[in-house]
Amino acid sequence: MSTEKSYMPEGAQLKAFIDSRHRWGMIWQSVFLLATCIGILALTALIYNVVDSAFGLVVVEDRIDPATISTRPLEELSKDELVAILQANLSEGAFNKLNTDQPYTSRSKENVLEVVYERVVRREVEGSYSLTDSLLRRAEIEQEVAQENPNAKLIFRSWLTPQFLTTPMASKPEFAGIRTALLGSIALVMLTMLFALPVGIGAAVYLHEYASQSFIYKLIETNIYNLAGVPSIVYGMLGLAVFVRALEGLTSGAWFGVTDSNGRTILSASMTMALLILPIIIVNAKEAIKAVPDSFRQAAYGLGATKWQTIWAHVLPNALPGILTGSILAISRAIGETAPLVVVGASTFITVDPDSVFSKFTALPIQIYSWTARPQAEFRNIAAAAIIALLVLLLTMNASAIILRNRFSRRSY
Amino acid sequence: MATSTDIQTRLATTSQLRLNQLTKKFRLGESVIQTLIFTCGAISIVITSAIVVVLGQEAFLFFSNPEVNLIDFFTTTKWSPNILQFGIWPLVTSTLVTSFIAILTAMPLGLCAAIFLSEYATERVKGLLKPTLEVLAGVPTVVYGYFALTFVTPFLRNIFGRETVEIYNMLSAGLVIGIMIMPLVTSMSEDALSAVPRALREGAYGLGATKLETAIQVVVPAAFSGIVAAFIIGISRAFGETMIVAIAAGAGPKLTLNPFSAAETMAGHIVRISGGDLSYASLDYESLFAIALLLFVITLTLNLISRYVVNRFREQYE
Repeated sequence: MSTEKSYMPEGAQLKAFIDSRHRWGMIWQSVFLLATCIGILALTALIYNVVDSAFGLVVVEDRIDPATISTRPLEELSKDELVAILQANLSEGAFNKLNTDQPYTSRSKENVLEVVYERVVRREVEGSYSLTDSLLRRAEIEQEVAQENPNAKLIFRSWLTPQFLTTPMASKPEFAGIRTALLGSIALVMLTMLFALPVGIGAAVYLHEYASQSFIYKLIETNIYNLAGVPSIVYGMLGLAVFVRALEGLTSGAWFGVTDSNGRTILSASMTMALLILPIIIVNAKEAIKAVPDSFRQAAYGLGATKWQTIWAHVLPNALPGILTGSILAISRAIGETAPLVVVGASTFITVDPDSVFSKFTALPIQIYSWTARPQAEFRNIAAAAIIALLVLLLTMNASAIILRNRFSRRSY
Repeated sequence: MATSTDIQTRLATTSQLRLNQLTKKFRLGESVIQTLIFTCGAISIVITSAIVVVLGQEAFLFFSNPEVNLIDFFTTTKWSPNILQFGIWPLVTSTLVTSFIAILTAMPLGLCAAIFLSEYATERVKGLLKPTLEVLAGVPTVVYGYFALTFVTPFLRNIFGRETVEIYNMLSAGLVIGIMIMPLVTSMSEDALSAVPRALREGAYGLGATKLETAIQVVVPAAFSGIVAAFIIGISRAFGETMIVAIAAGAGPKLTLNPFSAAETMAGHIVRISGGDLSYASLDYESLFAIALLLFVITLTLNLISRYVVNRFREQYE
């Protein structure tokens, strides 16, 4: 048979055969490595893309020449001098209104300077360039701007500033901020955890301590697995039908005497979000409770403790780090989730801070979505700045979860 | 004598006491807490039932409207609520196209990365690469949407030409969904590969197999059920993904299989319509629930299949 010879090669042929097998091994190893690197490359591209838009040159045009207002450049003036400029150039009503919004004494110098630019100089952004262009093609850009718009100035601008974090939404991108969105996100997440954490831990305790291996256990466990795979938008529809519409009296605060609201409130949104993150909390809390050694329980029973005393005094305290880590992961999911919020009716343009659970709200991802959807380039810039704020927030939370996990996992039973 | 009766009575009373103590004492607090905890456990079932009931009810209202017809819903190919035409196919095809592109991206990348991490990478390299992929998994979808629209789309338009690729297109959305689900596919496949016992690999090496041959011909087949489950979960994620398609795939349902053109997916349609002013009890409102129900049924089926595959085809090693 002719195949028999190729089946068992000899001498130089054998060596060539083995070499070729090893060569293929090397080739595929590089392919596998490449595939892993593509994921990392994508992450790098994503971050580059965001940073590229969040910083860069902008073309600004001042409607009123700053030289006519002050002899020295505005940046060099003290805060008091800037306030004086405001007083001199604004109507009394407008000046007092700014004071009632936030007293001048409590404003920072940068903030007052920004107000001067916005209200007195009436500086407008005419165009913006990406960071890469700003660094590599600066001369060309300067030429271009000088030709097209001789009155305009070219300045380097970071779209992400302390002002950006502390000013509310505005219709012009250069003066818009994410204050309302940030507060909305924080309120939303805190309320969400208030609902989801007790129920999630309770469910985990039930699954591991009370219902082990029964029929109900299997049913609930499969069910939680399936719930974790339900698309977030379906939760949004559920929230819309149940919390926003059916329970409008509760979520709008009508039952409690609040009249100026409909069901599209922080309360409905956080209840919807609580349903969404419940499976994550349950699964993580269950793992944490499972890791508490059985001897702890036996010891407590041996001393005559009841089941609940055992759970409350021994199981839960020892499972706490794991439960916390899982909760932080659930929070980061809740912070980044957008679709259900759109469906339950987050507002995209809102300038007042949320003051109760019955107020209308916006959240950081909602703001990013609405800014990304606009055609003007400047809105892309502030969307990028808001994304950096969101990612920093998430990264901090995840890092703290990892630190917490490492700190407590060293303890071994 | 008196002492012995004394002892006898004392014995009798203590044993009586013992017997009483052995029967479980009723504690109110304990029962209340147990009931509360059972309620917490049962809530997940309530949520699932609520999803089915609420979506089902509104979808039923939708289909019982004389303007709407269940058969037309699944057989006609035009979705325009303004002229009362409700054919689901344009929304379904675009969802299929984006999910198909996504899984075509995520499947090879995820599997290759999983093989690398489980079979080739040293502990140090693994400790470096895995957290990075986890970060990728933690990026909010709205950020991916921004990435698709402002980076991937211009990139594709430069390659294929501005005439062929529209500003909003399914290809860009699909590719980015693929990047989004890749960490999930990787980590699930890697778990399956790592669960294959070492003895199988040693056996293959003993027979003279190279590392690649061991990985492809021994480890991957042994972990096949886990890998298939990972792919199915990936598909289910891609189906339900909302923000990326809402931002990058365009608005307006369109029946097309051309990945360069814009078309709205099921989830994208729900988000766009519900983001606007939507009045309750309108046909528009109810139609969204019909779409959501379909989406829920599809993803639930995929999840159940994935779980079945894992349980049914798992190789048992001692």
